Amino acid sequence: MTCQQAKPLIEPYADGELQAAAILELEQHLQSCPECAPALRNLQSLKKTLKQDSLYFAAPDDLRRRIKSALPSPPRAVSLKQVWDWNRLTTVMSGVAAACLVLLLALTMNRGGSEGSLAQEIVSSHVRSLMASHLLDVVSTDRHTVKPWFNGKLDFSPPVKDLALEGFPLVGGRLDYLDGRNVAALVFQRQKHVINLFIWPLKEQRSNPASITSIQGYNVIHWSEAGMAFWAVSDLNEKELMEFAQDFDKGETVSP
Amino acid sequence: MDERERLRLYEQKVLPHLDAAYNLARWLAGNDHDAQDVAQEASLRAFRYFEKFRGENARAWLLTIVRNTFYTWLRKNRPPENTVEINDETLDIEDVSAQTDAVNAPFADADAVRRALAELPVEFREIVILREMEGLSYKEIADLAEVPIGTVMSRLARARKLLQKRLAAEFDLGGNP
Repeated sequence: MTCQQAKPLIEPYADGELQAAAILELEQHLQSCPECAPALRNLQSLKKTLKQDSLYFAAPDDLRRRIKSALPSPPRAVSLKQVWDWNRLTTVMSGVAAACLVLLLALTMNRGGSEGSLAQEIVSSHVRSLMASHLLDVVSTDRHTVKPWFNGKLDFSPPVKDLALEGFPLVGGRLDYLDGRNVAALVFQRQKHVINLFIWPLKEQRSNPASITSIQGYNVIHWSEAGMAFWAVSDLNEKELMEFAQDFDKGETVSP
Repeated sequence: MDERERLRLYEQKVLPHLDAAYNLARWLAGNDHDAQDVAQEASLRAFRYFEKFRGENARAWLLTIVRNTFYTWLRKNRPPENTVEINDETLDIEDVSAQTDAVNAPFADADAVRRALAELPVEFREIVILREMEGLSYKEIADLAEVPIGTVMSRLARARKLLQKRLAAEFDLGGNP
Protein backbone atom coordinates (compact mmCIF):
# COMPACT_ATOMS: atom_id res chain seq x y z
CA MET A 1 0.00 0.00 0.00
CA THR A 2 1.32 3.45 -0.91
CA CYS A 3 1.03 6.59 1.23
CA GLN A 4 -1.38 7.95 -1.34
CA GLN A 5 -3.67 4.98 -0.75
CA ALA A 6 -3.13 4.88 3.00
CA LYS A 7 -3.85 8.51 3.85
CA PRO A 8 -7.59 8.55 3.25
CA LEU A 9 -7.92 5.36 5.32
CA ILE A 10 -6.28 6.67 8.48
CA GLU A 11 -9.35 8.48 9.77
CA PRO A 12 -11.86 5.70 9.15
CA TYR A 13 -9.34 3.37 10.77
CA ALA A 14 -9.09 5.52 13.90
CA ASP A 15 -12.89 5.87 13.92
CA GLY A 16 -13.39 2.11 13.73
CA GLU A 17 -15.11 2.40 10.36
CA LEU A 18 -12.62 0.58 8.15
CA GLN A 19 -13.37 -2.80 6.57
CA ALA A 20 -11.44 -5.74 7.99
CA ALA A 21 -9.58 -6.41 4.75
CA ALA A 22 -8.26 -2.86 4.53
CA ILE A 23 -7.27 -2.82 8.22
CA LEU A 24 -4.57 -5.45 7.72
CA GLU A 25 -3.07 -3.72 4.73
CA LEU A 26 -3.11 -0.34 6.43
CA GLU A 27 -1.53 -1.66 9.61
CA GLN A 28 1.33 -3.12 7.57
CA HIS A 29 1.87 0.22 5.90
CA LEU A 30 1.73 2.11 9.21
CA GLN A 31 4.53 -0.02 10.66
CA SER A 32 7.03 1.30 8.21
CA CYS A 33 5.76 4.71 7.06
CA PRO A 34 7.46 7.76 8.63
CA GLU A 35 4.59 10.03 7.56
CA CYS A 36 1.42 8.03 8.15
CA ALA A 37 2.37 6.69 11.58
CA PRO A 38 2.71 10.11 13.23
CA ALA A 39 -0.44 11.27 11.43
CA LEU A 40 -2.33 8.46 13.12
CA ARG A 41 -0.79 9.25 16.50
CA ASN A 42 -1.76 12.91 16.19
CA LEU A 43 -5.26 11.96 15.18
CA GLN A 44 -5.61 9.62 18.11
CA SER A 45 -4.45 12.24 20.56
CA LEU A 46 -6.88 14.76 19.05
CA LYS A 47 -9.70 12.26 19.46
CA LYS A 48 -8.72 11.72 23.06
CA THR A 49 -8.61 15.45 23.68
CA LEU A 50 -12.12 15.91 22.35
CA LYS A 51 -13.45 13.14 24.54
CA GLN A 52 -12.34 14.69 27.81
CA ASP A 53 -15.18 15.06 30.31
CA SER A 54 -14.66 18.76 30.89
CA LEU A 55 -15.77 19.52 27.31
CA TYR A 56 -19.10 17.78 27.75
CA PHE A 57 -22.05 19.90 28.83
CA ALA A 58 -24.41 17.89 31.00
CA ALA A 59 -28.03 19.04 31.08
CA PRO A 60 -28.65 21.50 33.94
CA ASP A 61 -31.13 20.34 36.61
CA ASP A 62 -33.23 23.37 35.85
CA LEU A 63 -33.77 22.19 32.27
CA ARG A 64 -34.63 18.69 33.46
CA ARG A 65 -37.22 20.12 35.84
CA ARG A 66 -38.77 22.37 33.24
CA ILE A 67 -39.16 19.53 30.77
CA LYS A 68 -40.71 17.29 33.43
CA SER A 69 -43.15 19.99 34.43
CA ALA A 70 -44.15 20.61 30.82
CA LEU A 71 -44.93 16.94 30.30
CA PRO A 72 -48.37 15.74 31.31
CA SER A 73 -48.46 14.10 34.71
CA PRO A 74 -50.11 10.67 34.69
CA PRO A 75 -53.24 11.53 36.77
CA ARG A 76 -53.86 14.49 34.53
CA ALA A 77 -53.77 12.21 31.50
CA VAL A 78 -56.65 10.28 33.01
CA SER A 79 -58.73 13.33 33.84
CA LEU A 80 -58.21 14.70 30.33
CA LYS A 81 -59.54 11.48 28.94
CA GLN A 82 -62.61 11.76 31.11
CA VAL A 83 -63.22 15.28 29.90
CA TRP A 84 -62.92 14.06 26.34
CA ASP A 85 -65.34 11.21 26.89
CA TRP A 86 -67.71 13.62 28.52
CA ASN A 87 -67.48 16.00 25.59
CA ARG A 88 -68.22 13.22 23.17
CA LEU A 89 -71.17 12.16 25.23
CA THR A 90 -72.67 15.64 25.29
CA THR A 91 -72.34 16.04 21.53
CA VAL A 92 -74.29 12.84 21.09
CA MET A 93 -77.08 14.18 23.25
CA SER A 94 -79.60 16.49 21.70
CA GLY A 95 -78.76 20.17 21.79
CA VAL A 96 -81.69 21.05 24.01
CA ALA A 97 -80.98 18.36 26.55
CA ALA A 98 -77.31 19.35 26.68
CA ALA A 99 -78.20 23.00 27.10
CA CYS A 100 -80.62 22.19 29.92
CA LEU A 101 -78.00 20.08 31.62
CA VAL A 102 -75.35 22.78 31.33
CA LEU A 103 -77.76 25.34 32.75
CA LEU A 104 -78.72 23.02 35.59
CA LEU A 105 -75.06 22.32 36.33
CA ALA A 106 -74.21 26.00 36.30
CA LEU A 107 -77.02 26.73 38.72
CA THR A 108 -76.30 23.93 41.14
CA MET A 109 -72.56 23.82 40.98
CA ASN A 110 -70.99 24.57 44.34
CA ARG A 111 -67.72 26.48 44.74
CA GLY A 112 -65.66 23.32 45.01
CA GLY A 113 -66.99 22.07 41.70
CA SER A 114 -66.15 25.28 39.88
CA GLU A 115 -62.56 25.31 41.08
CA GLY A 116 -61.42 23.13 38.20
CA SER A 117 -62.58 25.64 35.62
CA LEU A 118 -61.30 28.50 37.75
CA ALA A 119 -57.85 26.86 37.86
CA GLN A 120 -58.04 26.63 34.06
CA GLU A 121 -58.96 30.31 33.90
CA ILE A 122 -55.99 31.10 36.15
CA VAL A 123 -53.57 29.20 33.93
CA SER A 124 -54.90 31.04 30.86
CA SER A 125 -54.46 34.32 32.66
CA HIS A 126 -50.90 33.35 33.62
CA VAL A 127 -50.06 32.42 30.02
CA ARG A 128 -51.59 35.67 28.72
CA SER A 129 -49.57 37.64 31.26
CA LEU A 130 -46.34 36.18 29.90
CA MET A 131 -47.06 37.46 26.43
CA ALA A 132 -45.37 40.66 25.38
CA SER A 133 -45.60 43.55 27.86
CA HIS A 134 -48.69 42.40 29.66
CA LEU A 135 -46.99 41.06 32.76
CA LEU A 136 -46.67 44.19 34.85
CA ASP A 137 -48.69 47.37 35.31
CA VAL A 138 -46.50 48.51 38.17
CA VAL A 139 -42.86 47.54 38.01
CA SER A 140 -41.23 47.59 41.38
CA THR A 141 -39.42 45.30 43.72
CA ASP A 142 -40.56 47.49 46.60
CA ARG A 143 -43.73 46.28 48.29
CA HIS A 144 -44.28 49.81 49.64
CA THR A 145 -44.66 50.94 46.03
CA VAL A 146 -46.69 48.01 44.81
CA LYS A 147 -49.27 48.00 47.61
CA PRO A 148 -50.40 51.66 47.35
CA TRP A 149 -50.57 51.27 43.58
CA PHE A 150 -53.63 49.04 44.01
CA ASN A 151 -55.44 51.73 46.03
CA GLY A 152 -58.43 53.02 44.16
CA LYS A 153 -58.12 50.32 41.52
CA LEU A 154 -59.61 47.56 43.64
CA ASP A 155 -62.33 47.44 46.26
CA PHE A 156 -60.01 45.60 48.62
CA SER A 157 -56.42 45.90 49.72
CA PRO A 158 -54.33 42.84 48.84
CA PRO A 159 -51.53 41.74 51.16
CA VAL A 160 -48.21 42.51 49.46
CA LYS A 161 -45.03 40.81 50.58
CA ASP A 162 -41.54 40.62 49.22
CA LEU A 163 -39.95 37.20 49.44
CA ALA A 164 -36.52 38.16 48.07
CA LEU A 165 -34.81 36.62 51.08
CA GLU A 166 -36.63 33.36 50.49
CA GLY A 167 -35.52 33.44 46.84
CA PHE A 168 -38.78 34.71 45.34
CA PRO A 169 -38.22 38.44 44.71
CA LEU A 170 -41.28 40.55 44.02
CA VAL A 171 -41.08 42.15 40.59
CA GLY A 172 -44.33 44.05 40.43
CA GLY A 173 -48.09 43.89 40.18
CA ARG A 174 -50.96 44.08 37.76
CA LEU A 175 -54.73 44.27 37.65
CA ASP A 176 -56.39 41.21 36.26
CA TYR A 177 -59.91 39.94 35.81
CA LEU A 178 -60.87 36.50 37.14
CA ASP A 179 -63.94 34.73 38.45
CA GLY A 180 -66.08 37.63 37.31
CA ARG A 181 -64.24 40.35 39.21
CA ASN A 182 -61.15 42.55 39.31
CA VAL A 183 -58.31 40.86 41.14
CA ALA A 184 -54.79 41.74 42.22
CA ALA A 185 -51.95 39.91 40.53
CA LEU A 186 -48.58 40.01 42.25
CA VAL A 187 -45.64 38.88 40.18
CA PHE A 188 -42.68 37.07 41.69
CA GLN A 189 -39.70 35.46 40.16
CA ARG A 190 -37.56 32.46 40.88
CA GLN A 191 -34.56 32.44 38.55
CA LYS A 192 -36.19 32.52 35.11
CA HIS A 193 -39.58 31.32 36.32
CA VAL A 194 -42.42 33.77 36.72
CA ILE A 195 -44.98 33.23 39.47
CA ASN A 196 -48.32 34.99 39.26
CA LEU A 197 -50.15 35.24 42.57
CA PHE A 198 -53.80 36.19 42.15
CA ILE A 199 -55.61 37.56 45.18
CA TRP A 200 -59.22 38.53 45.79
CA PRO A 201 -61.62 38.61 48.74
CA LEU A 202 -64.07 35.80 49.36
CA LYS A 203 -67.68 36.30 50.27
CA GLU A 204 -67.21 34.66 53.64
CA GLN A 205 -64.33 34.66 56.10
CA ARG A 206 -62.72 31.28 55.72
CA SER A 207 -59.32 29.66 55.56
CA ASN A 208 -58.52 26.60 53.50
CA PRO A 209 -55.27 24.67 53.38
CA ALA A 210 -53.30 24.69 50.13
CA SER A 211 -54.16 22.27 47.34
CA ILE A 212 -52.09 21.81 44.21
CA THR A 213 -53.06 20.82 40.68
CA SER A 214 -51.25 20.66 37.38
CA ILE A 215 -52.75 22.04 34.18
CA GLN A 216 -51.02 22.18 30.79
CA GLY A 217 -47.66 21.79 32.49
CA TYR A 218 -48.29 24.62 34.95
CA ASN A 219 -48.62 24.06 38.64
CA VAL A 220 -51.44 25.85 40.39
CA ILE A 221 -51.70 26.20 44.17
CA HIS A 222 -54.83 27.45 45.80
CA TRP A 223 -55.41 28.39 49.43
CA SER A 224 -57.46 30.88 51.35
CA GLU A 225 -56.60 32.81 54.43
CA ALA A 226 -58.63 35.32 56.46
CA GLY A 227 -61.29 35.71 53.79
CA MET A 228 -58.88 36.11 50.85
CA ALA A 229 -58.46 33.64 48.00
CA PHE A 230 -54.90 33.01 46.83
CA TRP A 231 -54.00 31.32 43.58
CA ALA A 232 -50.33 30.91 42.71
CA VAL A 233 -49.44 29.67 39.22
CA SER A 234 -46.08 29.01 37.59
CA ASP A 235 -44.07 26.64 35.46
CA LEU A 236 -41.96 26.17 38.57
CA ASN A 237 -41.88 22.64 39.93
CA GLU A 238 -44.42 21.57 42.51
CA LYS A 239 -42.03 21.53 45.46
CA GLU A 240 -40.70 25.04 44.96
CA LEU A 241 -44.13 26.49 44.28
CA MET A 242 -45.34 24.91 47.50
CA GLU A 243 -42.39 26.57 49.27
CA PHE A 244 -43.43 29.85 47.75
CA ALA A 245 -46.98 29.45 49.04
CA GLN A 246 -45.72 28.63 52.52
CA ASP A 247 -43.28 31.53 52.52
CA PHE A 248 -45.96 33.93 51.36
CA ASP A 249 -48.38 32.68 53.96
CA LYS A 250 -46.03 33.36 56.82
CA GLY A 251 -44.27 36.39 55.32
CA GLU A 252 -44.56 39.83 56.82
CA THR A 253 -47.35 42.02 55.42
CA VAL A 254 -47.14 45.68 54.66
CA SER A 255 -49.65 47.57 56.71
CA PRO A 256 -51.83 49.78 54.58
CA MET B 1 -50.76 3.98 22.62
CA ASP B 2 -52.55 5.84 25.38
CA GLU B 3 -51.00 8.95 26.87
CA ARG B 4 -49.82 7.26 30.02
CA GLU B 5 -48.03 4.52 28.10
CA ARG B 6 -46.50 7.12 25.80
CA LEU B 7 -45.22 9.09 28.78
CA ARG B 8 -43.76 5.95 30.34
CA LEU B 9 -41.93 4.93 27.15
CA TYR B 10 -40.74 8.46 26.55
CA GLU B 11 -39.34 8.75 30.07
CA GLN B 12 -37.70 5.38 29.74
CA LYS B 13 -36.23 5.71 26.25
CA VAL B 14 -35.81 9.38 25.40
CA LEU B 15 -35.27 11.36 28.61
CA PRO B 16 -32.08 9.44 29.54
CA HIS B 17 -30.49 11.15 26.52
CA LEU B 18 -31.20 14.66 27.73
CA ASP B 19 -27.51 15.20 28.47
CA ALA B 20 -26.66 14.39 24.86
CA ALA B 21 -29.45 16.69 23.68
CA TYR B 22 -28.24 19.57 25.80
CA ASN B 23 -24.58 18.98 24.93
CA LEU B 24 -25.32 19.16 21.20
CA ALA B 25 -27.57 22.20 21.65
CA ARG B 26 -24.93 23.88 23.79
CA TRP B 27 -22.18 23.36 21.22
CA LEU B 28 -24.41 24.50 18.38
CA ALA B 29 -25.98 27.54 20.05
CA GLY B 30 -22.83 28.60 21.89
CA ASN B 31 -24.43 29.64 25.17
CA ASP B 32 -26.44 28.12 27.98
CA HIS B 33 -29.61 30.17 27.65
CA ASP B 34 -30.24 29.45 23.97
CA ALA B 35 -29.10 25.85 24.40
CA GLN B 36 -31.69 25.30 27.14
CA ASP B 37 -34.41 26.75 24.93
CA VAL B 38 -33.41 24.54 22.02
CA ALA B 39 -33.03 21.40 24.15
CA GLN B 40 -36.35 21.98 25.90
CA GLU B 41 -38.24 22.65 22.70
CA ALA B 42 -36.66 19.58 21.07
CA SER B 43 -37.46 17.34 24.03
CA LEU B 44 -41.09 18.40 24.03
CA ARG B 45 -41.27 17.91 20.28
CA ALA B 46 -39.85 14.45 20.76
CA PHE B 47 -42.70 13.74 23.16
CA ARG B 48 -45.30 15.12 20.79
CA TYR B 49 -43.99 13.06 17.88
CA PHE B 50 -43.07 10.01 19.92
CA GLU B 51 -45.29 7.85 17.68
CA LYS B 52 -42.84 8.49 14.86
CA PHE B 53 -39.96 6.97 16.78
CA ARG B 54 -39.28 3.58 15.19
CA GLY B 55 -37.47 2.22 18.16
CA GLU B 56 -33.86 1.49 17.36
CA ASN B 57 -31.67 4.39 18.44
CA ALA B 58 -33.43 6.86 20.70
CA ARG B 59 -30.35 9.00 21.16
CA ALA B 60 -29.75 9.53 17.44
CA TRP B 61 -33.48 10.21 17.02
CA LEU B 62 -33.52 12.83 19.77
CA LEU B 63 -30.32 14.41 18.44
CA THR B 64 -31.90 14.69 14.99
CA ILE B 65 -34.76 16.65 16.54
CA VAL B 66 -32.32 18.84 18.50
CA ARG B 67 -30.43 19.61 15.33
CA ASN B 68 -33.57 20.48 13.37
CA THR B 69 -34.88 22.59 16.23
CA PHE B 70 -31.57 24.42 16.38
CA TYR B 71 -31.56 25.32 12.68
CA THR B 72 -35.15 26.50 12.85
CA TRP B 73 -34.21 28.61 15.86
CA LEU B 74 -31.10 29.89 14.07
CA ARG B 75 -33.05 31.10 11.06
CA LYS B 76 -35.47 32.91 13.33
CA ASN B 77 -33.01 34.45 15.76
CA ARG B 78 -29.77 35.19 14.02
CA PRO B 79 -29.31 37.34 10.96
CA PRO B 80 -28.28 35.36 7.87
CA GLU B 81 -24.94 37.19 7.50
CA ASN B 82 -23.77 35.30 10.57
CA THR B 83 -24.39 31.98 8.96
CA VAL B 84 -21.76 31.50 6.34
CA GLU B 85 -22.58 29.13 3.55
CA ILE B 86 -19.76 26.65 3.48
CA ASN B 87 -18.37 25.02 0.43
CA ASP B 88 -16.98 21.62 1.22
CA GLU B 89 -14.84 21.44 -1.88
CA THR B 90 -13.10 24.77 -1.95
CA LEU B 91 -12.37 25.35 1.69
CA ASP B 92 -8.63 25.02 1.70
CA ILE B 93 -6.94 24.02 4.87
CA GLU B 94 -3.27 23.53 5.32
CA ASP B 95 -2.68 19.95 6.31
CA VAL B 96 -0.61 19.77 9.47
CA SER B 97 -1.82 16.35 10.49
CA ALA B 98 1.41 14.58 9.65
CA GLN B 99 3.81 17.09 11.14
CA THR B 100 5.29 15.42 14.15
CA ASP B 101 5.25 18.67 16.10
CA ALA B 102 1.82 19.66 14.83
CA VAL B 103 -0.04 19.09 18.00
CA ASN B 104 0.38 17.20 21.13
CA ALA B 105 -3.25 17.26 21.95
CA PRO B 106 -3.31 15.76 25.45
CA PHE B 107 -1.39 18.82 26.55
CA ALA B 108 -3.85 21.19 24.98
CA ASP B 109 -5.92 22.58 27.83
CA ALA B 110 -9.69 22.41 27.78
CA ASP B 111 -10.14 26.15 27.22
CA ALA B 112 -7.97 26.08 24.13
CA VAL B 113 -9.96 23.15 22.77
CA ARG B 114 -13.24 24.91 23.57
CA ARG B 115 -12.11 28.00 21.67
CA ALA B 116 -10.93 25.95 18.72
CA LEU B 117 -14.22 24.06 18.56
CA ALA B 118 -16.28 27.23 18.89
CA GLU B 119 -14.43 28.73 15.93
CA LEU B 120 -15.33 25.87 13.61
CA PRO B 121 -18.14 26.52 11.13
CA VAL B 122 -21.27 25.06 12.66
CA GLU B 123 -21.64 22.40 9.94
CA PHE B 124 -18.21 21.06 10.87
CA ARG B 125 -18.64 21.47 14.58
CA GLU B 126 -21.81 19.40 14.75
CA ILE B 127 -20.13 16.48 13.04
CA VAL B 128 -17.17 16.57 15.42
CA ILE B 129 -19.53 16.64 18.44
CA LEU B 130 -21.64 13.78 17.09
CA ARG B 131 -18.62 11.66 16.23
CA GLU B 132 -16.24 12.31 19.12
CA MET B 133 -18.52 13.14 22.02
CA GLU B 134 -21.56 11.05 21.13
CA GLY B 135 -19.75 8.26 19.31
CA LEU B 136 -22.24 8.16 16.42
CA SER B 137 -21.17 6.18 13.34
CA TYR B 138 -20.62 7.83 9.94
CA LYS B 139 -23.90 6.31 8.80
CA GLU B 140 -25.84 7.62 11.79
CA ILE B 141 -24.38 11.10 11.31
CA ALA B 142 -25.19 11.00 7.59
CA ASP B 143 -28.83 10.09 8.33
CA LEU B 144 -29.08 12.68 11.05
CA ALA B 145 -27.59 15.54 9.05
CA GLU B 146 -29.18 14.38 5.79
CA VAL B 147 -25.91 14.39 3.83
CA PRO B 148 -24.07 11.54 2.07
CA ILE B 149 -21.52 9.55 4.09
CA GLY B 150 -18.77 10.98 1.84
CA THR B 151 -19.70 14.47 3.00
CA VAL B 152 -19.59 13.38 6.63
CA MET B 153 -16.10 12.00 6.08
CA SER B 154 -14.80 15.03 4.24
CA ARG B 155 -16.27 17.46 6.79
CA LEU B 156 -14.85 15.44 9.64
CA ALA B 157 -11.42 15.38 7.99
CA ARG B 158 -11.50 19.11 7.39
CA ALA B 159 -12.76 19.86 10.87
CA ARG B 160 -9.94 17.82 12.34
CA LYS B 161 -7.33 19.58 10.23
CA LEU B 162 -8.71 22.94 11.36
CA LEU B 163 -8.65 21.86 14.97
CA GLN B 164 -5.11 20.53 14.74
CA LYS B 165 -3.94 23.70 13.09
CA ARG B 166 -5.65 25.88 15.66
CA LEU B 167 -4.37 23.85 18.58
CA ALA B 168 -0.86 23.78 17.14
CA ALA B 169 -0.96 27.59 16.99
CA GLU B 170 -2.15 27.78 20.60
CA PHE B 171 0.60 25.40 21.53
CA ASP B 172 3.25 27.60 19.90
CA LEU B 173 1.87 30.78 21.44
CA GLY B 174 1.78 29.11 24.81
CA GLY B 175 5.57 29.01 24.65
CA ASN B 176 5.78 25.37 25.54
CA PRO B 177 9.03 23.61 24.66
